[in-house]
Amino acid sequence: MAETTTTTHAGLAHHFDDIEQQREAGTLGMWAFLVTEVMFFGGLFLAYILYRSKYPVEFAVASNSLNVTMGFINTLVLICSSLTMALAVYCAQIGKRRPLIIFLVLTMVLGATFLVIKGVEYHEKYVEHHIPVRFNTYEFKWEPHSAEGASSQAERPAVETGNVEMFFFLYFAMTGVHALHMIIGLGVLTTLVFMARRGRFTPEYHSPVELSGLYWHFVDIVWIFLFPLLYLIGAHLH
Amino acid sequence: MQTVADITPPRTHYLNATYGVKSWLLTTDHKRIALLYLASVTFFFSLGGLFAMLIRLELLTPQGDLVQAETYNRLFTMHGVVMVFFFLIPSIPAVLGNFLVPLMIGAKDLAFPKLNLLSWYIYTIGGAFTVVAILMGGVDTGWTFYTPYSSTYSNGNVILTGLGVFITGFSSILTGLNFIVTIHTMRAPGLTWFRLPLFIWSHYATSVIFILGTPVIAITILLLALERIAHVGIFDPALGGDPVLFQHLFWFYSHPAVYIMVLPAMGVVSELIANMTRKRVFGYKFVAFASLAIAVFGFLVWGHHLFVSTQSVYAGMIFSFLSYAVAIPSAVKVFNWTATLYKGSISYNTPILYAFGFIGFFIIGGMTGLFLAALGVDVHVHDTYFVVAHFHYIMVGGAIMGYFGGLHYWWPKITGRLYPEAWARFAALVIFVGFNLTFFPQFLLGYMGMPRRLYAYAPEFQVLNVMSSAGASILGMGYLMPMIYLIWSMRYGPHAPPNPWGAAGLEWRTSSPPPTQNFEHTPVVTEEAYEFGPATEDVVSTVARA
Repeated sequence: MAETTTTTHAGLAHHFDDIEQQREAGTLGMWAFLVTEVMFFGGLFLAYILYRSKYPVEFAVASNSLNVTMGFINTLVLICSSLTMALAVYCAQIGKRRPLIIFLVLTMVLGATFLVIKGVEYHEKYVEHHIPVRFNTYEFKWEPHSAEGASSQAERPAVETGNVEMFFFLYFAMTGVHALHMIIGLGVLTTLVFMARRGRFTPEYHSPVELSGLYWHFVDIVWIFLFPLLYLIGAHLH
Repeated sequence: MQTVADITPPRTHYLNATYGVKSWLLTTDHKRIALLYLASVTFFFSLGGLFAMLIRLELLTPQGDLVQAETYNRLFTMHGVVMVFFFLIPSIPAVLGNFLVPLMIGAKDLAFPKLNLLSWYIYTIGGAFTVVAILMGGVDTGWTFYTPYSSTYSNGNVILTGLGVFITGFSSILTGLNFIVTIHTMRAPGLTWFRLPLFIWSHYATSVIFILGTPVIAITILLLALERIAHVGIFDPALGGDPVLFQHLFWFYSHPAVYIMVLPAMGVVSELIANMTRKRVFGYKFVAFASLAIAVFGFLVWGHHLFVSTQSVYAGMIFSFLSYAVAIPSAVKVFNWTATLYKGSISYNTPILYAFGFIGFFIIGGMTGLFLAALGVDVHVHDTYFVVAHFHYIMVGGAIMGYFGGLHYWWPKITGRLYPEAWARFAALVIFVGFNLTFFPQFLLGYMGMPRRLYAYAPEFQVLNVMSSAGASILGMGYLMPMIYLIWSMRYGPHAPPNPWGAAGLEWRTSSPPPTQNFEHTPVVTEEAYEFGPATEDVVSTVARA
């Protein structure tokens, strides 16, 4: 059967019949991949649920020692980055190359900001000896924040140091895996910027932008879950 | 009627279209990638078999005299790790699935050919890490890596081995993604879901397990590695952690993993039964839905590995009930295959011999699984050779038989050559005898109380152990034979026509071997699966039929 002379799109891969099939396949593939990511993070959330229900006081006390302000700023930063990403996808859909590149770069800047703030937080934890790794010359110790105001000794909840460590282990594991996904996302966005600059995206073909947008939104949603679970459960304590 | 001598192979096909190492290592052709996987999984099968041989040699005598206790622990651990993660899980999907899924649905390739190649590289890199771990002495925790031994006390290369498994898991995920998207979006015109071959249904169900289950073992291994570094005690009861958490996380993947191993083999058996009896599979829709049911229910039964782990008895009862439930779709398949055979025109050639072997062994393995699903029985035989026999019946008697049956059945399509039928049937017989002799005594040993994973045993168990070891050597010979004659046939076997079996299925409507783009013209499907008319002229009766 001879191929009818329809214009085969430049972005059409040889094994697909048409660009529509390729787009459908890519979209389904990315959604299925995001399902795998849900299962991946799910294991960490399971461990979190188990240990928080076992040691609620320690978890609250440990969460209290995190910097809620920075966490909140990071949350806003990520939400804004999802906005810029969505705008980038929109620009790709209407074929506006310069705004597309601008929004992609903005998303990357916001993502990088998130990682920098995270780095500052990690450094703070390092300085306070809250990173639960036992090196030879390193003693892990946890101290409750000295009270802002007069919270007497008796009012401070009794905690088991080892169980507090459990919170920090999960904190670093969960935010660390999340940060790794952010870094990968930045790499993906970099590739998109280069592709956009070369004019690869048109209203007919811009799936890489859309699919990367899906990934970016997913990483954002994970943080929306992490923030309250890690930062806000000790808010009632002083 | 064409004879063997008349077959002229196609001038250009996927094997000779391009030459050179780079054309193979940088290929995106799913058929070539399948062959890359064939080479890799065969290597790991041999490696795992080597460990098995050493285990069975040690168990010839009741005393631990061949190797030290710790060495024996490393042997059975590495046997399990290599066989499960690097042979059984990839085998049929990565070799036969990769080759056949696009062909069976009339597509030119899988949805994501470059991801397909990446998945092979990821598999190979993960395998390399594990080989390095083996060369550095391996791990002695058992392939199940139970904590707190693996997280705190074991001195082996836990992180390195875990890293190998972690990396290889991504190869599974990519394969699963590829299959799901391909089957959803790239079927040929007219190929509706219920016209699909049951092989495709099985691989679809397997792919669902791939993408839902594999990430969980990934995070489990990650947590284990972090625990070995940080010593926080997430799995260590001495530090406030819960070792059973590890078991839950581990088995949440590893139980569905066994369905990853068996579902593709069931898909192969459906194809073999239908095509070798020239009958549509009885209850096609039931078999198709049974594959999906096995995948879904398979995620609900992981607790049956934790009956004696301090898991609550009430949870145990629920998991026990669900484990009985998951056997139902499997039984549906077995009944339907049997009904297909009834009044079929059966050709007794090598592929169907393997299919018969599968059905018989799967029945025994499956039934003994139900025995184990009974709480009271499990308390008695948990951690004995009864369990070992049960899972080897399914994994070796089931999955590997399916793999070899499929390999033989599609060998003409993959290589364009016919294997020597007489040798193949002889090898199948040797495997059948060897398998029974190896593993049936282990049911008896387990029931009588011989524990697993120990290099010494009570003297009264020796006779059965010697039988088992003798069987293992026969089994080994049986596996060696196809390795020899299949490779031999690639050069000296007679050329195969497009459809040597007179089988139904789109893969048989193209040349053997197929061209790189699979079909000269995209086929249009107008009939149901397994529509058999009278034998067509391209059937080579003298060689293909009994």
